[in-house]
Amino acid sequence: MTFSTTLTVNGVTRTIELDDPRVTLLDLLRERLDLPGTKKGCDRGQCGACTVIVDGRRINSCLALAVSHHGAHVLTIEGVADGNRLHPVQEAFLAHDGLQCGFCTPGQIMSAIGLINEGEAYDDPERVREGMSGNLCRCGAYQGITQAVLDAQKVLQAARSQEVA
Amino acid sequence: MNSFDYIRPATVQAAVVAASEPGAAYLAAGTNLLDLMKGGVTRPRRLVDITHLPDLDHIDELPDGGVRIGALVRNAELARNATFARRFPAVAEALLSGASAQLRNAATVGGNLLQRTRCAYFYDVASACNKRSPGAGCDARGGDNRLHAIMGWSESCIATHPSDFCVPLVALDAVVEIEGGAGRREIPLEMFHRLPGDGPERETVLEPGEMIVAVRLPPEAARFAAHSRYVKVRERTSYAFAVVSAAAALRIEGSTIAAARLALGGVATKPWRSPEAEQILAAAPIDASIFRRAAEAALAEAKPSGDNGFKLELARRIIVRAIALAAAGTPERMPALPGSPFATVAGVIHG
Repeated sequence: MTFSTTLTVNGVTRTIELDDPRVTLLDLLRERLDLPGTKKGCDRGQCGACTVIVDGRRINSCLALAVSHHGAHVLTIEGVADGNRLHPVQEAFLAHDGLQCGFCTPGQIMSAIGLINEGEAYDDPERVREGMSGNLCRCGAYQGITQAVLDAQKVLQAARSQEVA
Repeated sequence: MNSFDYIRPATVQAAVVAASEPGAAYLAAGTNLLDLMKGGVTRPRRLVDITHLPDLDHIDELPDGGVRIGALVRNAELARNATFARRFPAVAEALLSGASAQLRNAATVGGNLLQRTRCAYFYDVASACNKRSPGAGCDARGGDNRLHAIMGWSESCIATHPSDFCVPLVALDAVVEIEGGAGRREIPLEMFHRLPGDGPERETVLEPGEMIVAVRLPPEAARFAAHSRYVKVRERTSYAFAVVSAAAALRIEGSTIAAARLALGGVATKPWRSPEAEQILAAAPIDASIFRRAAEAALAEAKPSGDNGFKLELARRIIVRAIALAAAGTPERMPALPGSPFATVAGVIHG
């Protein structure tokens, strides 16, 4: 039995035939849609490396069945830059050395975009750290990550208020 | 992960029929179920995906002043609902103290009640576990059990229920609405989870095929809004289960506690409400010695199930802390670290 699943990934709507309902959203992205930017770390919802944004919310794609997300809008790390122009959160991670080996970085960046959209971290490093606690970094780049999120948030808020004005 | 049949019903009634088959399980977000399936801890033959069912994701203010929370409302969505958080602040604080932002964005209200214990021996399929394989024995007894139960446990199981959300819910008289083959019924959350006894594999009163459709809080629950806290000790600052937690809710009139609610997490196979403590607090003055007496009463029946004797003293202190923080008043803004016992309160603790 096959399962037909339609997903909009980074703005492109795609219909995928799945021959097995066990495929996670993470494996679908990496193995079937050629989007390996989303990383498989623990595969058990503990490390956050697989974080993507689904219907506006950051989630762990390793603990989501693809077939259950029929109709969803998915944003991955491959979809955040504007052509060659990096997303402000990507820029901030570079500026603040928010990474060392880089494996957790796509998940960190997607989680940071989600956190900033949620709008509850303000300019409080404690709230940023709490809001990012679902993303582990074994290189321990947490200081740079926290600074990057605070900085990117300022840039995005300024851009937003300019749009309004 | 084992292979399974995948069914996506269009109505609650069709879901109940599909899930009444032996070996069937409901799939909501799957944040716990898929993890268990990846580890081979549970092996359902059929998954009944309820995430596309209509009308189960609403938060409805009821005419009587209560609130009805649909089973598919996401944890984060409920905690961020401004009206809900203002009226039931300890529930919002408990939700935000649990898991990570990613998991809270996915995990559902119904799934939270039905999540399984995080006992390592339950998760490790090479270990003996009466919950996973009835009659197999319990390797947690005599094993690494410092985080296990101190209340309501039995020789066959010493696991704890991991939910934060359920702790203030049970304190505030939440009711679970259930749909099944025989129609709809409802049951107080207090009676929803079962103590292990000699059948720890049966964790709730749900019959095969029965599905949680909503959780309700009565109007009285909102009368504690000005003095409600959830306090949770974890082995790290964030993204960890409770070692011990407490929800305290007070209704204060003048300098007297008019009514009190108290429940504990991380201590038993179910969220543990303490009517004994509530009785001592009711009509008592706001006084630390009363808080200590309430804590002693809550823990009168507590006993270690292994190397976890420290939890008795920890629970005593967390109860006192939760009541003191509730008496000081619900913070105007959600604390940066929800549920943290290390937050300062001016003039009360560390202040």
